[in-house]
Amino acid sequence: MPLETTSASAAAGKSSAEGKSAAVTTRTEARERAARNRKLRVYAARVAVLLAFLGLWELCARTEVIDPFNFSQPSRIWEQIRQWVTHGTAQGSLGEQIGYTLYEALTGWVIGVVGGVLLGIALGRIRFLADVFGPYIKVLNAIPRIVLAPIFLIWFGLGPASKVASAVVLVFFPVFFNAFQGAREVDRNLVANARILGADNRKVTLQVVIPAATTWIFTSLHVSFGFALIGAIVGEYIGATKGLGLLVAAAQGTFNAAGVYAAMTILAVVALLTEGLLTFAEKKLFRWKPADAGDGR
Amino acid sequence: MTETPAIELTGATKRFRTPSGALHTAVRDLDLTVAQGEFVAVVGPTGCGKSTTLTLVSGLEEPTEGEVRVYGEPVRGIDPKVGFVFQQDAVFPWRTVLSNVMAGPRFRGVPAAEARERARDWLGRVGLAAFEDRYPHQLSGGMRKRVALAQTFVNDPAILLMDEPFSALDVQTRALMSDQLLELWAGTGSSVVFVTHDLDEAIALADRVVVMTAGPATVKEVFTVDLPRPRTVEAVRLEPRFVELYREIWASLGEEVRITRERGAGRAA
Repeated sequence: MPLETTSASAAAGKSSAEGKSAAVTTRTEARERAARNRKLRVYAARVAVLLAFLGLWELCARTEVIDPFNFSQPSRIWEQIRQWVTHGTAQGSLGEQIGYTLYEALTGWVIGVVGGVLLGIALGRIRFLADVFGPYIKVLNAIPRIVLAPIFLIWFGLGPASKVASAVVLVFFPVFFNAFQGAREVDRNLVANARILGADNRKVTLQVVIPAATTWIFTSLHVSFGFALIGAIVGEYIGATKGLGLLVAAAQGTFNAAGVYAAMTILAVVALLTEGLLTFAEKKLFRWKPADAGDGR
Repeated sequence: MTETPAIELTGATKRFRTPSGALHTAVRDLDLTVAQGEFVAVVGPTGCGKSTTLTLVSGLEEPTEGEVRVYGEPVRGIDPKVGFVFQQDAVFPWRTVLSNVMAGPRFRGVPAAEARERARDWLGRVGLAAFEDRYPHQLSGGMRKRVALAQTFVNDPAILLMDEPFSALDVQTRALMSDQLLELWAGTGSSVVFVTHDLDEAIALADRVVVMTAGPATVKEVFTVDLPRPRTVEAVRLEPRFVELYREIWASLGEEVRITRERGAGRAA
């Protein structure tokens, strides 16, 4: 950092010597440089926090302040990941485990999202359906859905189907409620305008309600993909033949704390990557929104 | 009297149930006739039920009692002859300007190519030809209003209902929009009901000015505006006849405004 500051001030000194005509540009440049420096400092601080955390953990484990058998240590976790990557896991290659978990989570997510959006819009638009099904959906939502995972295991067996099912029930409800809310909260003026312009009920739903509700729906998509991963992992943890959840369970069974942490780390990376993809898709889809609304999130 | 009037309200009454469960009468026993090709401005105190009158004509709401006729036919649901310009922004924010103007014809089953052609034509007339690819949030309030006008006019409405369309705009933009509205309207021969609380605007635009009573609204008095057309808003305002009319109508309207205000004060106390 100090090296950067000196070079920056040296550059500023040089450019100020170039005369008054360049004063405006140098000021803009200086401002840009300051913004860049700030960004760099933020990144540097972030890395420093991570290194400090990992370093402290490693140090405490090595000096036996904490028990490395229970809490493991970063070097062991890293070693474990390296080993999984190079030699594969006891259940097969690491890629295969990630692939299974992602496949289950993604399938469950898609089914849950499609079901949630369709039902949410339908109930949001058709009052009769909302009045009839409203209480049942509330009751189902009140059940802590993660306890359904063992039941799904009994129903659908050790294969991917039971994990997909637990992902679906976790994803469905937040998406449903958001789509429902979105369909309900559509600006009345927009609907009135569309109807005056000649839209029938079907066109109002497809061309006004659904676009207006996409903001709401997308908010839930972010959260719900995380839920889908949780559903898949918990399902695998309870009983499976493949998957990251199984890695956790297997590592736990052999008192391998490093294995549990390693699987968690891999999971976090996978979740972050998919989150990035969603954000990218959202930016493409919401070109019609003012930029500040998109960035303000 | 040989011609069927464009709009005919006879004894129209509209009651709403308020969220607290009480019945609120917005419009009471309203009689109003608008001839074909006539421009009628409706003025009245704030919140007296002027907008409700428009929703009755448009078919968005049904009258509780009485009858509403459009070209002799009782209104049942939304009439395709009707165009409506709303007070708030009602353009679709996820559609581009062109797509917004195309919406009406597309909803009514016009093929895309023809709808695009008609939309471009109207965008040209409101001076937004260069902005067809923009999204509404990229436009100013006045430009968005022009999109709304094009969106309504593209459907060739025989009846044009306008609910304080320019009230959200600044004074200068408002005058420009009024002139533009008169220009657009001149070519169409459609009948207009223009709700406003701005008496200046009402006199400058209309053939007749209808003064409503304090809520529940009913017609108090009707004034004929005998100013020559074509008019421009800034010029017509300076004519002695305009000032005369203003004084005359304000004498009637001011009383209702005072009643509304006193009621509000009574409620607040």
